Amino acid sequence: MDDAIDDDIRALYQEVILDHGKNPRNFRHPDDAPLEAHGNNPLCGDKLTVYVRLGEDKKIEDAAFEGRGCAISIASASMMTGILRGKSVAEMERLFGAFHTMCTGEGEIDAAAAEEFEDDIDKLKVLSGVKQFPMRVKCATLAWHTINAAILGEQDASTE
Amino acid sequence: MTMNTAINENIDPKAGKRANFYDVEAIRADFPAMKVEVNGHPLTFLDSGASAQKPVQVLERMDQAYREEYANVHRGAYRLSELATENYENARSSVARFMNAASADEIIFTRNATAAFNLVSSSWGRKNLRAGDEIVVSHMEHHANIVPWQLLRDETGIVIKVAPIDDDGNFLMDEFAALLGAKTKLVSITQTSNVLGTMTPIKEIARLAHEAGALVMFDGAQGIVHAGIDVQDVDADFYVFTGHKLYGPTGIGVLYGKLDILKNMPPYQGGGDMIEMVTFEKTTYREPPARFEAGTPPIIEAIGLAAAIDYVNSIGQEAIAGHEVELLNHATKALGQIDGLTIIGQARQKCAIVSFTIEGVHPHDIGTIIDARGVAIRAGHHCAQPLMDRFGLAATARASFGMYNKKEDVDVLVDALLYAKEIFA
Repeated sequence: MDDAIDDDIRALYQEVILDHGKNPRNFRHPDDAPLEAHGNNPLCGDKLTVYVRLGEDKKIEDAAFEGRGCAISIASASMMTGILRGKSVAEMERLFGAFHTMCTGEGEIDAAAAEEFEDDIDKLKVLSGVKQFPMRVKCATLAWHTINAAILGEQDASTE
Repeated sequence: MTMNTAINENIDPKAGKRANFYDVEAIRADFPAMKVEVNGHPLTFLDSGASAQKPVQVLERMDQAYREEYANVHRGAYRLSELATENYENARSSVARFMNAASADEIIFTRNATAAFNLVSSSWGRKNLRAGDEIVVSHMEHHANIVPWQLLRDETGIVIKVAPIDDDGNFLMDEFAALLGAKTKLVSITQTSNVLGTMTPIKEIARLAHEAGALVMFDGAQGIVHAGIDVQDVDADFYVFTGHKLYGPTGIGVLYGKLDILKNMPPYQGGGDMIEMVTFEKTTYREPPARFEAGTPPIIEAIGLAAAIDYVNSIGQEAIAGHEVELLNHATKALGQIDGLTIIGQARQKCAIVSFTIEGVHPHDIGTIIDARGVAIRAGHHCAQPLMDRFGLAATARASFGMYNKKEDVDVLVDALLYAKEIFA
């Protein structure tokens, strides 16, 4: 029958994702977050604002977000803000690269990154179900584009 | 061309008139897309409001025109170009009859409805509007009836006023009338909301606009499909629609304008076909509609649109509208029984477009999950973000119906939505 697609749907909407979607972590506007950016998916109107504070060592001390979106984009922002705390900007960029590869299903994750971020990649794997749904890849990556923009000092990120 | 009419016409000799039976299965047989399978399920297509599927009559007519009747129009002194020109101009006449325009010269072919709005804004608007002049739109306009006026506003300093709607999506006539005044130069309102399905009282809107001394323009992108239009009866000055929502091809739209208004409008784009005489010092322009159709037009698309109109006429717009009302009533009732589902838009006059939200399930997630059951709906802001803001929403799910949908499609939708709810339970 249609087991394959039902499996894909179940893989996309795993319990972990539904939980993060319903009860997002770090869903707040911190008082002391000098960096922020607005993420916007113009196709659907979903919007996120990501807030970041870097320490003197240029590591991410705090990351939080607010906004509206589908279960995938909210869950992704929720998980990302937790995982990135304590990481340097360079680490964030490498992990984003690995995550992007997981979501698109195009190519292999860089071996060095796979080893460096083994635990994080393990957690983020729940979001890799989007690779079966090309229209939804942008939902999973919106938060990452946005935090990248916040740190680079750009005001806005767009998935376009 | 022979038309495979999908309506069964049983002559009732006593009544002396035709008792029509709407044969939806015969109509579906004309649409190849109705046989498509998606994710192992038969396609349940509920996104005709975004773009409708095409009947074989349209596809075959366009194919034939490309194969056997193709040349550029208005140019060659040879038979094939004459034939192509004849087909293209006959399509214009066909559109004119379909809208009851007084003359085919009032029909300008454009790329789509958006291009038609931009034509009016750039040509009529730039010539006639000055700083402080007012344009009235409604709160439920598509971006195509907002952004062109904003571009003009930024250039000229005109003022855009917004006629409100109530929480059910009804157009508020008194509040609209109160916005009209000596400064109102154009009223540009949708005939049918693409999100809420609201049908606006266009005749009354036109009367009030004219009383105020303004011109009136209607967005018929959805309205012409579900309700049809008689531009003379309504007394519209401009009316726009697009071919692809009317079961015709993409790449063809229509701007209707009253001839005396069109005659006083400057060209929109310059190029071939729209000129009388060109020298490097001075160029003179042709009369409408040619003045507004620079370059090689969408020839085959116009022929395809005419074939779509023939097809709609062969079923009958009233018969289609009657069928769609049944679908709307069934959908409203069936969706209303789903726990946590809210229908956005419950106007008194509505066509077969149903927007909704489900508590705890984002429209995008609904869209992805029910697609696994072969159900195609639209999820998002529907190019009407100010309307979304009005309801405090970022997105809705929208089921929109066409002539080929059947009641069972609603039941499949309901089952698929229950599946989505189950996943999020």
